[in-house]
Amino acid sequence: MSRTPLDTVENAAATPDVELPWAELGLKKDEYERVVEILGRRPTGAELAMYSVMWSEHCSYKSSKVHLRQFGEKAPQSDALLVGIGENAGVVDVGQGYAVTFKVESHNHPSYVEPYQGAATGVGGIVRDIIAMGARPVAVVDPLRFGAADHPDTKRVLPGVVAGIGGYGNCLGLPNIGGEVVFDACYQGNPLVNAGAIGVMRHEDIHLAKASGTGNKVILYGARTGGDGIGGASILASETFDDAKPSKRPAVQVGDPFQEKLLIECTLEAFAEKLVVGIQDLGAAGLSCATSELASNGSGGMRVTLDDVPLRDSTLSPEEILMSESQERMCAVVEPEKVDRFLEICDKWDVIATVIGEVTDGDRLEIFWHGGKIVDVDPRTVAHDGPVYERPYARPSWQDALQADDANKLPRPATGEELKDQVLRLVSSPNQASKSWITSQYDHFVQGNTVLAQPEDSGMIRIDEETGLGVAIATDGNGRYAKLDPYAGAQLALSEAYRNVATTGAKPLAVSDCLNFGSPEDPAVMWQFAEAIRGLADACQQLGTPVTGGNVSLYNQTGDVAIHPTPVVAVLGVIDDVARRTPVAFQEEGQLLYLLGDTHEEFGGSAWSQVVHDHLGGLPPKVDLERERLLAEILISASRDGMIDSAHDLSDGGLIQAVVESALQGGKGARLIVPDGLDAFTFLFSESAGRAVVAVPRSEELRFNDMCGARGLPVTRIGVVDGTESEAAVVEVQGEFALSLTELRTAHEATIPALLA
Amino acid sequence: MTARIGVVTFPGSLDDRDTQRAIRLAGAEPVALWHKDKDLKQVDAVVLPGGFSYGDYLRAGAISRFSPVMETVIEQAKSGMPVLGICNGFQVLTEAHLLPGAMLGNNHLHFICRDQKLRVENAGTAWTADYAAGQEIHIPLKNMDGRYVADEHTLDMLEAEGRVAFRYVVRGEAADGCGNPNGSLRDIAGITNEAGNVVGLMPHPEHAVEPLVGSGRTDGLPFFTSILKKLVNA
Repeated sequence: MSRTPLDTVENAAATPDVELPWAELGLKKDEYERVVEILGRRPTGAELAMYSVMWSEHCSYKSSKVHLRQFGEKAPQSDALLVGIGENAGVVDVGQGYAVTFKVESHNHPSYVEPYQGAATGVGGIVRDIIAMGARPVAVVDPLRFGAADHPDTKRVLPGVVAGIGGYGNCLGLPNIGGEVVFDACYQGNPLVNAGAIGVMRHEDIHLAKASGTGNKVILYGARTGGDGIGGASILASETFDDAKPSKRPAVQVGDPFQEKLLIECTLEAFAEKLVVGIQDLGAAGLSCATSELASNGSGGMRVTLDDVPLRDSTLSPEEILMSESQERMCAVVEPEKVDRFLEICDKWDVIATVIGEVTDGDRLEIFWHGGKIVDVDPRTVAHDGPVYERPYARPSWQDALQADDANKLPRPATGEELKDQVLRLVSSPNQASKSWITSQYDHFVQGNTVLAQPEDSGMIRIDEETGLGVAIATDGNGRYAKLDPYAGAQLALSEAYRNVATTGAKPLAVSDCLNFGSPEDPAVMWQFAEAIRGLADACQQLGTPVTGGNVSLYNQTGDVAIHPTPVVAVLGVIDDVARRTPVAFQEEGQLLYLLGDTHEEFGGSAWSQVVHDHLGGLPPKVDLERERLLAEILISASRDGMIDSAHDLSDGGLIQAVVESALQGGKGARLIVPDGLDAFTFLFSESAGRAVVAVPRSEELRFNDMCGARGLPVTRIGVVDGTESEAAVVEVQGEFALSLTELRTAHEATIPALLA
Repeated sequence: MTARIGVVTFPGSLDDRDTQRAIRLAGAEPVALWHKDKDLKQVDAVVLPGGFSYGDYLRAGAISRFSPVMETVIEQAKSGMPVLGICNGFQVLTEAHLLPGAMLGNNHLHFICRDQKLRVENAGTAWTADYAAGQEIHIPLKNMDGRYVADEHTLDMLEAEGRVAFRYVVRGEAADGCGNPNGSLRDIAGITNEAGNVVGLMPHPEHAVEPLVGSGRTDGLPFFTSILKKLVNA
């Protein structure tokens, strides 16, 4: 864009025929025409910049909006929900006057282009969303999906992503307590780097993104604005990758975690002194987003002098300043008499803070540059009235054939020796292997409140030292299940996260989701998306866990090939006393192992079918939400009343995977007996949902069985914790095989370092 | 009566609150100190906590070492005030020349976070008196630049004078936290000055003070009870 003469509003009105580069900025022709219609003239260059980023898929949800509405329409009644969808992050009441805010977001596209910075700034962005609600961030989680573990490019992407998450999160002092790492060839050109964060505050400290009160000052604080990340939301996150186009690396932002740490501390100090009327972080679409959202959510308009924005690069044009996605910046609305104190706090933390504008009467957002008015818009048209598409969708022609390719018909192991061999292959496969090479690069101790961290079923943080009140979070999503049946796949993702939270003893309260899909312009992808949302909304309604917010990431595809539909679901839970939490690890020899729930022959999309047969077909496990609810109630009661000492949910890899993990984490063996009515293979490898394995002290056996019986939950005694690792303990399936813990540990722990270290 | 123990917050300090909690759990009174303030508020001892002060962008601890608060800390440490540097705090102490040697990047080039097994080599310092010499303890370790180095002469001197306070336990199972985690010379995890009042180590005792959180062990608590007893009995 040319810098002279200045393209003011006046100039735009006087020169209607000037051609603007709307296509280069990612707008479609009809979208540009809509902008002209709204303004009654052609937009200025600066206005075009704002509309183009704010109307991008990433910011406007234009393809997903019509479906996302279901999360509101089907929202269950929940007393816990304090702030719902639409703010920077949802807020949930967890009791004792505490509120918890949490959210999961994607930073997929940048992380493929530039793994370290892409992943690092993903953490930075989600953390600023949490601060913007008024909360102190207390933990992060990172659900990750990569291409095949042995593909050379995975060795480029994964170590960079992991180092970026660690490099940023560790430096912020946020414990990384959960998430997942999944490998599948479908993510080869489109890794999924989702990032979640949790924050804690008192009820009265909740802040919202709105600019109210004529005369209140708009303060931009944090890092200077540079030329990085220009068009990140529109050009990078809202298009598919294409080899023919130039590199998109300049559209990736560069993170400075030290600056963000200062931003956290200074923001929280300003909150504590009640200096802030409204606040918004600068993430996707930078200042365009912050000014238009603050103004449109408030009662008045806003006037901004762009010349006052501190710059890293003095040659930036006003359009670039408005589009820049430079990290570590926030925008606060502050009453005039409190501005001095606000600036003083920023100065204490060596954070640059500048008054760049003020709230005005009326309803216009006006932006000035070198004395000329370069933006004069109704902020709502920028922030909220973006295009809405009813994208066509249709069940893909191949779906029937995929579902007919039944995994239950695959050849099964016939002897104990074959079972043993397949167990070893399973626990050493990249998806089922220990991820400690990755998680040990994250600080999970900092802040001193981490009760549970990965590889536990959910991460758990103490939020009150006196009472022991805590929160738990789990994220789950199985793209293979969702590919077979997106409706069920989304429900299974919720079921698993819900179950994981309950397994640790916490009560599931609310949901955030990160919906990762291919191109919405492909009707088959759009069908997957619509089905997944319908499934998730229905299931949230039934389980009573409202969706509080989240993020949609589309265009995760390379050429015509989309990733598996991958709805990642985060469930937040609360536990009255973290001393009652239930870990995965076996605690004591002699404790009895019980399988809770029903086991059926369900192998569609299973880890076994992937590892042993490289197969994906059939139907995913059957969803039974009422069973999930009952199982959760039992797990929570048993935890609260001290009836179980360890518990592990059953999901990918089935029962044997869960038992091996509990054994290795506890350094104790297990002897298992195949229950009546089941064959050994189904018992060990089936992935039926709604199940968990628990270890019960002998003194609690009767009480535990009575409780399950009274509430109608099927419970089967399947063995006993036996032997310690130092004394050559084994995991044995009676009459079939035995594997020593040493052998299992080597198989489970050597895989990832061998591939990636 | 109790003791007042200061915890300095530099920009980028992360474990300052955790360290204050550990001091409180040990029965002493934690006092927050600010890097721009020379005043130590009449504390009896000071802890420089872990974190990434100034982002570690230049060299870990290199900028903090010049902060106003450090002028007083250095002066008082030389006249006997107990000072403990944990992780980034240890790096600050070496940059300030209160302890010899330096920390380089981990030899495997990754950040590492694990529950590390250590051996207490010197139980005679102000911060280790509640341990027994030779005792093996588990203390969480988490850093990017934890590889302790010094020239041969300095290492020999440290050994000869019993100034190696902690060593990584190398023999044993990795799952039990054994092994040299970063390539530190002679497996050194922490050292003391000649007088025994200044101690620095890379692992984080403040993350091992409660059975419920952190590593789930309380092996780090004696750091804080040691100093409390010393100050109260002084």
